[in-house]
Amino acid sequence: MIFRILTPVAAMAALGLLFGAGLAFALRIFGIKPDPKIFEILSNLPGINCGACGKAGCAAFAEALARGEAVPSGCSVSSAEARKALARILGLETEEKVRMVATVFCNGGARAKDKFAYGGIKSCKAATLLFGGQKVCSFGCLGFGDCVDECPFGAIKMGEDGIPVVDPEKCTACGKCVKICPKNLYKLLPVNIVYYVKCSSKDPGGVTAKACSSGCIACAKCEKVCPTGAIKVESNLAGIDPAKCENIGKCFEVCPTKVIKKRG
Amino acid sequence: MDISAFAAILISTVFINNFILSRFLGLCPFIGVSKETGPAVSMGLAVTFVTTTASILTWFIYDLILIPLHLEYLRTLSFILTIAFFVQFAEIVIQKKMPSLYKAFGIYLTLITTNCAVLGVTVLNTDMFFLKYKAVAGSFLMSALQGLGAGAGFTLAMLLMSGIRERLEYAEVPRCFRDVPITFIIASLMSMAFLGFSGFKI
Repeated sequence: MIFRILTPVAAMAALGLLFGAGLAFALRIFGIKPDPKIFEILSNLPGINCGACGKAGCAAFAEALARGEAVPSGCSVSSAEARKALARILGLETEEKVRMVATVFCNGGARAKDKFAYGGIKSCKAATLLFGGQKVCSFGCLGFGDCVDECPFGAIKMGEDGIPVVDPEKCTACGKCVKICPKNLYKLLPVNIVYYVKCSSKDPGGVTAKACSSGCIACAKCEKVCPTGAIKVESNLAGIDPAKCENIGKCFEVCPTKVIKKRG
Repeated sequence: MDISAFAAILISTVFINNFILSRFLGLCPFIGVSKETGPAVSMGLAVTFVTTTASILTWFIYDLILIPLHLEYLRTLSFILTIAFFVQFAEIVIQKKMPSLYKAFGIYLTLITTNCAVLGVTVLNTDMFFLKYKAVAGSFLMSALQGLGAGAGFTLAMLLMSGIRERLEYAEVPRCFRDVPITFIIASLMSMAFLGFSGFKI
């Protein structure tokens, strides 16, 4: 009688002990000690797992930092102090990076004409699937605000003219809007560059002018007036080279469609 | 003991008695990890690995420890113990020896520890391949094969579901049905489709 109780207890206890000892043994042979440095690094990262660094999350980025495969400035979201703390932990010198801000390269919105009345899902991604969107200009902003929803920092608001506006104070240049925009209208621009051409249309000037009252018509007035030679009109679109631009602003004054914008 | 018996087990566990869609085991990962094809397949492969090895291990536990000691009623307890031990052990070893494999299904392994599909396979093995507490001929191989088939069926169901859910991202689902509710409806439709296999005699 007593064995009917003792046998199962003994058997299960033995099994449990055996497995427990096996695990302890395995840990001793195969166990990997987690690097205490990783915890320290992780406590200095934002911890929102935005993925802007290209890693799976803050933990993966911390591992890459500890192995020396990444640098603290790879995290565009963390503050300058956090980056300094990281560099101290890793024993590195920090180089101050020029802060980048996401910028929309389209001034169409309400100023750009529609080619049909779109009644589908209110998303740029879905609208693009139907003849490239409802705008006559195939390069322009569709205005459904996929970027507004995507921004993890609430830095993007939809403007009254149907073009999203980026708050440069809140923007951390994580690059999520750059990825989500089906028209590829976002670029990360150094914050010290004041003038930029707010258009992405590569259509010939006449076509652009018919589709939108505020597009780059490739008149090349800005190219001629720029004293530093920073502006080039290529594929019917003016572009400012941030490396050469000295924020003089003559282009801003001569632009006939007011598509060269000043910020700040 | 011919080869067709083994083939029958494999086909039966993958299609006719699919663990998710016919036996309704392992539903949590089926709903939880089926949003994208990549993680769903990783999960499926991890489950296949665990069900196969768990079938083998628990067969030995049942045949060599529980039956001689007349403790068959303790199989649930001892099987959970065995599976949990094995999964932890495998995780430690894989982390050390094969870091790339660990990255591929490291986080899923721990999730599987007490997955009902895994326990279900091992319990079904002892129900089907032991007659009056005696192993039937070829019982060990059949158990291992049933473990493999269960994992393959699980992976198939995960792959189908994640494929459907990826497409569903573009559909305009009524607000109250979004995410999990519509997934349950799809799961029930898939389950009915798989019931079509149940008339098969092999």
